[in-house]
Amino acid sequence: MAKTEIICAGFGGQGVLVTGLIIANAAMESDKEILWYPSYGVEMRGGTANCNVKISDEEIASPFVKEADIVIALNEASVMKFEPRVKAGGTLIVNSSTVKPRKYRDNIKVYEVPATDIANKLGNPRGANVVVLGALARNTDLFEPAYLKQSIDSFFEKRGRDNPKNALCFDEGVKYFD
Amino acid sequence: MKYKVPTTVDVMKTTFCSGCGQGVVNRLIGEIMEELGTAEKLVVTTDVACGAMNVDFWNFDTIVGAHGRPLPTATAVKKVRPDCLSLAHLGDGAAYNIGMAETMHAAIRDDDVFALVLNNCVFAMTGGQTSATTMLGQKTKSSIQGRKVEVEGKPFHIENALSGMDIAYLARGSIESVPSIRKTKQYLKTAFEKHKNNEGFVLVEILTPCPTNWGMTPVESMKRIKEEVMVEYPVGEFINRGGGK
Amino acid sequence: MAKVLMTGNEAVGEAAIRAGCRFYSGYPITPQTEILQYLSWRMPEVGGKFVQAEAELSAVNMLYGAASAGARTFGSTSGPGFSLMQEGISYIAAADLPLVIVNVMREGSGLGNIGASQGDYLQMTKGGGHGDYHTIVLAPANVQESADMMVLGFDLAEKYLHPVLIATDAAIGQMVEGVELPDFITHDIDKFDWAVRGCKKGDKPRTIQNIYFMDDNYEQHLREKYARMVENEQRWESIEVEDADIVLVSYGISSRLCKEAIKIARKEGFKLGLIRLITLWPFPEKAFAEVNPDVKGYLSVEMSTIGQVKDDIRLATGCTKLVDNYGSMMELPEPEGIIEKAKSML
Repeated sequence: MAKTEIICAGFGGQGVLVTGLIIANAAMESDKEILWYPSYGVEMRGGTANCNVKISDEEIASPFVKEADIVIALNEASVMKFEPRVKAGGTLIVNSSTVKPRKYRDNIKVYEVPATDIANKLGNPRGANVVVLGALARNTDLFEPAYLKQSIDSFFEKRGRDNPKNALCFDEGVKYFD
Repeated sequence: MKYKVPTTVDVMKTTFCSGCGQGVVNRLIGEIMEELGTAEKLVVTTDVACGAMNVDFWNFDTIVGAHGRPLPTATAVKKVRPDCLSLAHLGDGAAYNIGMAETMHAAIRDDDVFALVLNNCVFAMTGGQTSATTMLGQKTKSSIQGRKVEVEGKPFHIENALSGMDIAYLARGSIESVPSIRKTKQYLKTAFEKHKNNEGFVLVEILTPCPTNWGMTPVESMKRIKEEVMVEYPVGEFINRGGGK
Repeated sequence: MAKVLMTGNEAVGEAAIRAGCRFYSGYPITPQTEILQYLSWRMPEVGGKFVQAEAELSAVNMLYGAASAGARTFGSTSGPGFSLMQEGISYIAAADLPLVIVNVMREGSGLGNIGASQGDYLQMTKGGGHGDYHTIVLAPANVQESADMMVLGFDLAEKYLHPVLIATDAAIGQMVEGVELPDFITHDIDKFDWAVRGCKKGDKPRTIQNIYFMDDNYEQHLREKYARMVENEQRWESIEVEDADIVLVSYGISSRLCKEAIKIARKEGFKLGLIRLITLWPFPEKAFAEVNPDVKGYLSVEMSTIGQVKDDIRLATGCTKLVDNYGSMMELPEPEGIIEKAKSML
């Protein structure tokens, strides 16, 4: 993995920006160069939000992503906007609880996971993004699932927001693709 | 009454115009500092106008501030050196024209800072132009027919602007006569005591003469203050909040 | 110490705290506001003083007061607010006061917009305010340097008793990268005897003022001070300039794209080099001595429509080489575009 470029997108309040930060943090802690950049400075609940994450073995130049290796789309609008920007052979991870079934490009890998439903069922309605991170770990070679799982816990712990249900959400996100 | 010349201000060597009010005010500051035992704790921030010349006439640590901005500068001094007394030395142009926002916001924040305003109803250093407190009908270099309501509006009253605001102290004194000087000294001393006790924002305005720009002799200037200026700008205490913030 | 995730703006704020800064004043303006917000809670947490002023005019004059009293002092702003601070910065330079001011640059003249840009180069390096002065200007290119340059900024400010400006931008301010934060330093407010604090009986009172020109040696003092800065403080990073046919000159966010352009161009066999300006003032003239004497030209790559660095490159090269500029005030330069423009200069 010389260089991976990721876009995370969804409604404001779905934890889109945090999802990007978790990925950046996990990469930083495995000694990669990272860069996270929000689509715009401050996101309000309910609006659309997206962020770029770049991970590299070398110095990173631009904060912007033209074509992404991985797009994480948590709502319909994000799929519409960012599916065209997945590189050929790249990966699109979709929260199928909020995105209607549709036909996707056939030159990309698409993984659909009902993340909101799974998170609600586990009593962690704000954990849909963690379910998606499970799907990300399971379906890409970015991180070992076990590594990302503990990295998520330490990320929230450091911010005083540890929640044991996150681990359950993560595991379900991984298992969904078994 | 025991008559003692303060040692913290040089009342003999000033280069102000004859009849200027700065010397009297300086002397009052010096006397009060020595009476309160705070002379070694005072930091003054002057404006750029005539008041900046005081740097050479008093023995206080002094910052020469930017025009209209001594209040924020003095506020910051007090914030980083809370054991100091911090006086912003202003004219009417600095406090009520260019620095109006600074004056209002120091009051809104109720900053621990002392605003001293020498109001001579004119921009003196630049040669006598209209200020916010120029009297109606007063001729200046930028209102040669005299200040008119329809051109420059009415004279500005700080006691109206700050009325109802939650600040520690607001007073206006005059120095046109010995009884007025004594009363003004009381206002200044009350204000310094409140400032020393960190009670919040204090502002004392002093009506001072500017014979040079008023085109009068020193004696005529004092008469004008009594007969005209003090009629427009009443002296007295307007706000005197008890205790702390 | 392990790296932490931070935005460039947060890193500026935290590094200032760690550098012993205990007074901050500013005013909200995008894309700088996160610095103000960070310090609004962080400064009181360490016993420092934070003031959200009524305007940048007031903010800069608060900085003037706090620095006069000996505190390690810093403020931040962006574009229009930086313009409002110019009179105050001129006073601070005139009074030989050490402090740091960060300008998170944004697009355009006038209101412009809140996106990243590099249009304040001339204002920052040529004085900016009224009168006869320069300030040292540091230009970070990433979050780590944003933190490091706060510490360096205070050190240089105190070394020369002079204001130091830091030129960052909306992109560096809002991006998150891993950063190793500097160690905590304790600043002694009584470190400098000139700092106002109240005059002891019999002592000579201290004055902080902008009218030193009344002293006989004032101009001599100024000439020597600026000469020392020019001699000692030029900072830059050179990449593959010894054999380059075209040398890019860039700083801050744009310089990152230049590094990418060099990699791509060198793979194609096009010999591109880079002088990255780390100090914008003093301009790193010395960097040009290391360049291939047969270089065909210099391309200034900056987020500016008019090309603000161009003239300084001409002066540094004695107007002997072709100099051009590439960039937009609104868009980050693309490596492909940089290469194409550089090739057109051959």
